[in-house]
Amino acid sequence: MHTVNHDVLLIGGGGAGLRAAIAVAETNPGLSVAVASKVYPMRSHTVSAEGGAAAVIRPEDSLDEHAYDTISGGDWLCDQDAVEMFVREAPEEMLRMEHWGCPWSRKPDGTIATRPFGGMKTERTWFAADKTGFHMLHTLFQTTLKYPPISRYDEWFVTRLLVEDGRCQGAVAVELATGEVHTILARSVIMCAGGGGKVYPFTTNANIKTGDGMALAYRAGAPLKDMEFVQYHPTGLPFTGILVTEAARAEGGWLVNKDGYRYLQDYDLGTPEPRPVLRSMELGPRDRLSQAFVGELKKGRTVETRYGHVVYLDVRRLGQRVIDEKIPFVRELCLKYEKIDPVKDMIPVRPVVHYMMGGIHTDLQGATSIPGLFAAGEVACVSINGANRLGSNSLTELLVFGARAGKAAARYAAGAPAPSRSVLAQGLQEEARLQKQFLGKRGGRERMADLRKEMQDTMEASAGLYRDGATLKAGTEKVQELKERFCDVVMEDPSLTFNTELQTVLELENLLDVAESVLHSALARRESRGAHQRTDFPERDDQDYLAHSLAYATAEVPRIDYLPVTITRWPAGERVYGRAAAPEKGGK
Amino acid sequence: MNSVAVEVLRYRPETEEEPSFEVFDVPYEDNWMVLDAINHIKDQMDGTLSYRWACRMGVCGSCGMMVNGKPVLTCATYVEDVLPGPVRVEPLRGFPVVRDLVTDIRDFMVKLQRVKPWIIREEEKPLAEGEYLQTPEELQDYKQYSMCINCMLCYAACPIYELDPEFIGPAAIALAQRYNLDSRDQGREERMDVLSQHDGMWGCTFVGDCSVVCPKKVDPAGAIQRYKLDATVDWFRSALMPWRKR
Repeated sequence: MHTVNHDVLLIGGGGAGLRAAIAVAETNPGLSVAVASKVYPMRSHTVSAEGGAAAVIRPEDSLDEHAYDTISGGDWLCDQDAVEMFVREAPEEMLRMEHWGCPWSRKPDGTIATRPFGGMKTERTWFAADKTGFHMLHTLFQTTLKYPPISRYDEWFVTRLLVEDGRCQGAVAVELATGEVHTILARSVIMCAGGGGKVYPFTTNANIKTGDGMALAYRAGAPLKDMEFVQYHPTGLPFTGILVTEAARAEGGWLVNKDGYRYLQDYDLGTPEPRPVLRSMELGPRDRLSQAFVGELKKGRTVETRYGHVVYLDVRRLGQRVIDEKIPFVRELCLKYEKIDPVKDMIPVRPVVHYMMGGIHTDLQGATSIPGLFAAGEVACVSINGANRLGSNSLTELLVFGARAGKAAARYAAGAPAPSRSVLAQGLQEEARLQKQFLGKRGGRERMADLRKEMQDTMEASAGLYRDGATLKAGTEKVQELKERFCDVVMEDPSLTFNTELQTVLELENLLDVAESVLHSALARRESRGAHQRTDFPERDDQDYLAHSLAYATAEVPRIDYLPVTITRWPAGERVYGRAAAPEKGGK
Repeated sequence: MNSVAVEVLRYRPETEEEPSFEVFDVPYEDNWMVLDAINHIKDQMDGTLSYRWACRMGVCGSCGMMVNGKPVLTCATYVEDVLPGPVRVEPLRGFPVVRDLVTDIRDFMVKLQRVKPWIIREEEKPLAEGEYLQTPEELQDYKQYSMCINCMLCYAACPIYELDPEFIGPAAIALAQRYNLDSRDQGREERMDVLSQHDGMWGCTFVGDCSVVCPKKVDPAGAIQRYKLDATVDWFRSALMPWRKR
């Protein structure tokens, strides 16, 4: 057991973590900052984000409109004070990225270019072609290299948060290269470990998106908020689940069924026009578009392939020049992974798990309910995303809230006492647990890949695009069974050197906790809202559920509490896309 | 279902003196990448096989390996394209092997930091004054070099790096050029000083293997040639016009 000491510890080195690290270094250059990540920072999943990042920059746009689009897009489950703050700080954060060198796409006069995006009433999405996340991540990572106080612990896998005397004082991590277990002591900790899309079988998420940060905080006693809200992106490539960015539709791509019919017009999303119309048809919000796919499936108007049913995304009318300039990565991915050319062929797509609106409950400063523990990015839930995130808000979110969490954690660290030596005992306990439960264990009967697949299939079957009480109940029982079977998992690798079997089993342990929190939160919410559609409770119920769910880990099933949504200026109303709003009737 | 023999280089330093090949007979489908075959081995045949992967869409840069002697991203290389087999999978050449297919890339991380891959300016414009203007043409000047995913295939292909580990290497030079050519940057001379400290680059004979293997068409060889040209011009300028401030 080795021990390292820092003032602030970042867990996760993706967009939120790196932005937070810079914020700490700039707030208080005297603090030492550690960034511990299970991968090298530039491998983090931020790298896969494609379409863009939203922030008001055009004079004809307004902060209130960005706020309204976000709140209505989130089916009124967003905390409006958080959204107001988010849209206000977004432009400055995005400009800062520009000053750090992010290669934003430009207009001919050299100013920032913007593009339309789903659910947004005007063009406010900044983009770097269609590799926005990639460029933001590399810009942030390369920029962190100029800050001497930032130390990196690459490929350190955090397995436990150290909470003692009621505050978070660091974490325990396995250094993958050597298998050594380290205690990282810190005066404050920021969790930025991303989401957990890998609880589902078909996802755009990278293999590393295993909900580690959510599970660590959950086990340490912090509640997970709104976990029942899982975003299905409407356009994933079959088999691989690779994302085809919403930008393809924003630039003018159409979604058509097997008859070549723009079916979204049948789902209260507007009337088809040749040109893209904001907040209408293909530029509706992701939840509604993914749900429309299920409608088409039921009507028998999808196309059956060896990897399930699909519809088509047709961008051919854009022509090669626009495709190569605006969405070159879409073409590259289709050519490589589907062996089709979107210039000539329609792209087969189906809804795919993409993002978790829920996460560790935080306040506006990124503070969790555990003093000294902060969180930002997909792992956290502030909440600005409510029941359905709008495309291009998450990249901006990781900047705004990464920066806020970094500043708050820096202030906290400056006033916090040094970690108590007694937490080292917890480090030793964790080292012993890893040895006993995994590294020193031989035999077992349950193959990890089988447990993982059963969990993923269970999640798709019980907590997919549409849910009901009976299947959710069955899902909770199945995951409970899988948690029991997990104790008998096959362990074959005693090596300390880059033991990916150990990493995989710890990830599976985390996934099972995330799955449990999703299922129980979904079972408890007896209404339909945004991405959470209950066929047994098809209406939104603002009387009982204009509230965030909070899932607390207990020795048995999670306990679910509720926290009222913060409403500032926009009372809950009807979500309207593609048509004029009905006269106000005072909520739905 | 078809199957193919996959020869994987195994090396577990705690128990083995030498690396050796282990052969797996792997079933595959026509749309499988080599990475899918490796994942099949790990999930169904031998859970102890170690390697890195993450995005499976060719953008995170984790899964570079030698396949049949060529450095490739295994998530972007079809099994069908490397048939009939056996398919030989080895860790990326030129790097120390940590275990199995996992290499130690810390050398690159140190070199990347040395070339100062961030915007350097004498004076930072306040955010309140908005963005630095940059026309699409100016963006085009460096865009290609900004596409580097740090996958290390160019290092594995580089004959200089193999012989001279001090050589700063193709990707790091391309990323230095990415900033040198950015209209917002003023750090070219600082980076030139770093790059000139070692003569590895002058050994680069424009073999161009780095550009051939690059999965993102970054063209590090082009960056190196351009850098050499700039450095030469700088040298003549200072030698012939010593009175003029560089």
